[in-house]
Amino acid sequence: MEIIDVSLIDWSRAQFALTAIYHWLFVPLTLGLAVVVGIMETLYYVTQKKYWKETVVFWMRLFGVNFAIGVATGLILEFQFGTNWSNYSWFVGDIFGAPLAIEGIVAFFMESTFVAVMFFGWNKVSRGFHLASTWLAGLGATISAWWILVANAWMQHPVGMTFNPDTARNEMVNFADVALQSIAVNKFFHTVLSSWVVGALFVVGVSCWYLLRNRHSEFALRSIRIGAIVGIVAVLLTAMTGDGSGYEVAQKQPMKLAAMEGLYQGSQDAGLVAVAALNPAKKNYNDSVEPFLFRVEIPYMLSMLANRDMHAFVPGIKDIIEGGYELPDGGKALSAREKMDKGQQAITAFAQYRKAKHQGDDSLADASRKIMENNMSYFGYGYLKDVGDLVPNVPLVFYTFRIMVMLGGYFCAFFALVLFLSWRKRLASCRWLHWVAFLSIPLGYLAGQAGWVVAECGRQPWAIQDILPVNAAVSHLAVSNVQTTFFLFLLLFTILLVAEISIMVKVVRKGPDKSVTES
Amino acid sequence: MDTYILLQQYWWFIISLLGGILAFLLFVQGTNSMLFSIGRTETERGLIIASTGRKWEFTFTTLVLFGGAFFASFPLFYSTSFGGAYWLWMIILFSFVLQAVSYEFQHNEGNLLGKSVYRSFLVANGIIAPFLLGVAIATFFTGADFIIDKSSLQDSSMPVISRWTSAWNGLEALLVPWNLIMGFAVLFLSRCLGNLYIINSIADENLACRSSVRLVGNAVVFLLFFVTFVIHVLLSPGCEVGQTGEITIVPYKYWDNFITLWPVLLTFLVGVLLVLYGIVRTVLSSSWCKGIWPTGIGTIITVTSLLLCAGWNHTCYYPSVSDVQSSLHLSNSCSSLFTLQTMTWVSILIPFVIIYIWYAWRSISKKKITPDELEEY
Repeated sequence: MEIIDVSLIDWSRAQFALTAIYHWLFVPLTLGLAVVVGIMETLYYVTQKKYWKETVVFWMRLFGVNFAIGVATGLILEFQFGTNWSNYSWFVGDIFGAPLAIEGIVAFFMESTFVAVMFFGWNKVSRGFHLASTWLAGLGATISAWWILVANAWMQHPVGMTFNPDTARNEMVNFADVALQSIAVNKFFHTVLSSWVVGALFVVGVSCWYLLRNRHSEFALRSIRIGAIVGIVAVLLTAMTGDGSGYEVAQKQPMKLAAMEGLYQGSQDAGLVAVAALNPAKKNYNDSVEPFLFRVEIPYMLSMLANRDMHAFVPGIKDIIEGGYELPDGGKALSAREKMDKGQQAITAFAQYRKAKHQGDDSLADASRKIMENNMSYFGYGYLKDVGDLVPNVPLVFYTFRIMVMLGGYFCAFFALVLFLSWRKRLASCRWLHWVAFLSIPLGYLAGQAGWVVAECGRQPWAIQDILPVNAAVSHLAVSNVQTTFFLFLLLFTILLVAEISIMVKVVRKGPDKSVTES
Repeated sequence: MDTYILLQQYWWFIISLLGGILAFLLFVQGTNSMLFSIGRTETERGLIIASTGRKWEFTFTTLVLFGGAFFASFPLFYSTSFGGAYWLWMIILFSFVLQAVSYEFQHNEGNLLGKSVYRSFLVANGIIAPFLLGVAIATFFTGADFIIDKSSLQDSSMPVISRWTSAWNGLEALLVPWNLIMGFAVLFLSRCLGNLYIINSIADENLACRSSVRLVGNAVVFLLFFVTFVIHVLLSPGCEVGQTGEITIVPYKYWDNFITLWPVLLTFLVGVLLVLYGIVRTVLSSSWCKGIWPTGIGTIITVTSLLLCAGWNHTCYYPSVSDVQSSLHLSNSCSSLFTLQTMTWVSILIPFVIIYIWYAWRSISKKKITPDELEEY
C-alpha cells in the first residue's frame, strides 16, 4: 500500500511558507508606499509645488525597486497551489479558483497597466491622468489583496459550499458567503492596514536617517508628516480590526486561540496572558506539566475578547481534544476522537456512495449519501491518525502572537510621539528619535511576519479548516523534487532580497533628485 | 444546448483567447531574446530594454490570469498538469521570476550581480519561456503521462486523485519531437513579433534595419516549424468523449474538428494570413512599421482557433497517454455550473479592462522611444 511521505508534506509546507514569507517582505511596502505616494502626488496636484514632485519621484523610485520582486514571488505562490497542492486544487478549486481568477481580471491588470503610466508617463500624460494612475495602481494592489485574503479567509472558515460526491469535490453554492464573510472583511482590513503601517515606518525611518545626516531636511520633514499621519491612522485601525480578528478566531478556530494563549485547560473568567514564559518541559496537552514558567495575566480579558462576555468559558487545548464542554449554542462539544470517527464515517459513506452509484444501486447510494452528509462537517478529521495531530505548535504561535501585539502597541506610541514632536516643531533636533525611527523599519516587517505565522501555523494541521488536512492536500511528487525546488527558491529569493536591499540603500544614500523639479 | 454545456464552451473560449493574447504578448520575450544580437551598443540595448520594460507586466499578468482562469474554470487540469508536470512549469515560472526583477534591477547601482547578469536573465527568459510554453501547449494535442482516479479520495493513506506516471515530472515532454517542434514554433513566432515590435516602437534606424533582416530568418524558421506541427496535428488521431462519458481514440480528430467547426477553421486561416501579411509587408516596405498589429492580432486569432480545435467538439483537450479514460475534456474537468455562472458575470468586466489597457498603452506609447528617454528610464 502506497502511503504519502510525511517529509513530502513537510517540504511542501516549507516551500509554501518560504515563498509566502518572502512575498510578504515585499507586498506590505508596496501597499503602504502606494498610499503615501498617492497622498504626496495629490498634494503636488493640488498645490502645484515642485518640491512635492521631487518627494513623489523619490518614494516612487523605491516603490518601483520593491514592486517587481513582490509581483514575481506572487506568481510562484499562485502556481504552487497547483504544483505542490494538487489535491487541494481539485478538492476546492471550484471555490478557491474563482477569487484568484477575479483577482487577475479585476486587480492585476489595473495594477500593471497603471504602474506603467505611473513610472513612464510623467512627461506623456496630463498631471490629472498621472495622479489617477498612481491611485489606481495602489487600488489595483489593494483589490488584489482583497481577493487573495477572501481565499485565505475561506480556508480558515469554509462557507458557501457543499460537497458533491459525484464529482468528488466541494462546490460553491453562495458566492456572497465566500466573498463577504466577516472573517474575510476583518482579515482584509487588518492585513492591508498593517501594510500601511509598514509603509509609514519605512518613510519615517528613511526620512529620519536624512535628519541624522543633516541632509535633505525639508524633504525629510515633509515625508515624515505624511508618513506619521498614515501610520497613526493605520495602526489604530489595525488594532481595531485585530480585535475583530481575535473574536473571529475564538468563534471559528478555538484551537488556534488556545495555542495563541498557551491555554491548555479552559476556564470561565479567563485572563489574557500579557507577559509569560512557556515551560519547555510541556510536551503534550495531557501531561501534568505546568504550561508556564511564569505569567502575568489581565483578569477576565480573554473571556471578554473571545466572547464579548467577561465571564464566558474559553476552551483550552485539552477541552477541545476531550470535548464535553458546553458550546455557545447550548450544545455539547464533541471530542477529537468522536470527530475523527465521524470523519471516517463520512469517507466510508462517500466510498459506498460511489460504489453503489457505479453498480446502479440507488437506494444504497441515497442511504450512503445521507450518512456522508450528516458527518460531512468532520470530513477532514477522517484523514487524521492521532488526536495529537490537531494541536498546532504552541510555543511558535504563542510567542509570535505576543511579538505582533507588542509591536502594534509600540507603533501606536511611536507614531503618536513623532506627530507630537512634529507639531511642536522639535522633530528635526531630536536625534535619539531619529535613531529609534531608523531602527524601527524592520519591526514593521517582523510584526507582519509574526501575524502570518499566527494565522497559518495556528490552524495546522488544516489546509482547509475541518475539511482537508495538509496530508490529504499535497501533490503526488517525489520528495526530492520539492527539496530541490525549495533550495532553488531559497537561493534565488535570498539573492534577490540582498540585491533589493543593496539597491534601496544606494537609492536612499543618493537621496531625492533635485533635477526632477525642473522637468 | 443546456446552460452548463454552453458555459463550459464559453470558458474554454476565454481560456483559448487568453492563450492567444499570451502568445501575442510573448513579443516581450522575443524582443529580449535578441537583446545582445540586435542591440550592439549600450544605447541600443538600453532602448530595447526600455521598450519592453513598459510592457512586460502585461505578459506576466496574462500568464497569471491564464493560470487563474484554468484554476477557476477547469480545476482538474490545473491540479493535474501543474502538480504532475512539475518541472516543466517550475522552469517556466523561474524564468519569469528572473525576468520580473531584472528590468528594475539591471539599471540600478548596487544590484549585486551586475548589469550584464540581469540582462542575461532577460535573454534566458526570452528563450526559455516561449519555448517551454510552446511545449506545454503542444501537450494539449500530444498528451501527457497521468492517471486520474477520483475514488482515491476515500483512501486516507494516499488520497491524491491525479498522479503523474513519469518520474521526470514534465521533462519527458521534451522527449516528444512534436512538442519540441511546437516549442520552436512559438519561440520563433515570439522573435518575429519582437522584430516587428522593435520596428514599431523604437526610433533607431540601425535597430529597425537589423530587425527587418532578422525578421526574414525568424519568419522562415517559424513557418517551417508551425506548418509541420499543424500538418502533424491534422493527420493525428485525437481523443473524443462519447455520450456515456467513455473516451475513444478517433483518427483525424483535429481535421474533423476543423471541418465540423468551419468558422473556427475560417478564423484560423484569417489569423495565419494576418500573421503573414504583417511580416511580408514589413519586409517589403521599409517605411511601414505597423506590422506588429496585423501579426499580433493574427497570432491571437490563430492560437485561439488552435486551442478551440483542441477543446471543442467533444475533444479531450488534455489526453492521457497512460490511461486514455483519464483524459481531460471540458465536462469532466470543469467547475460547477454555479461557479461558471459567477465567473461569467465577472467576465463581463473584460471589455472594460481591455479599454483601459488600450487607453493607457496608447497614452505612453504614442511616440517611438528615443535615446533621450533612456535618462528618464
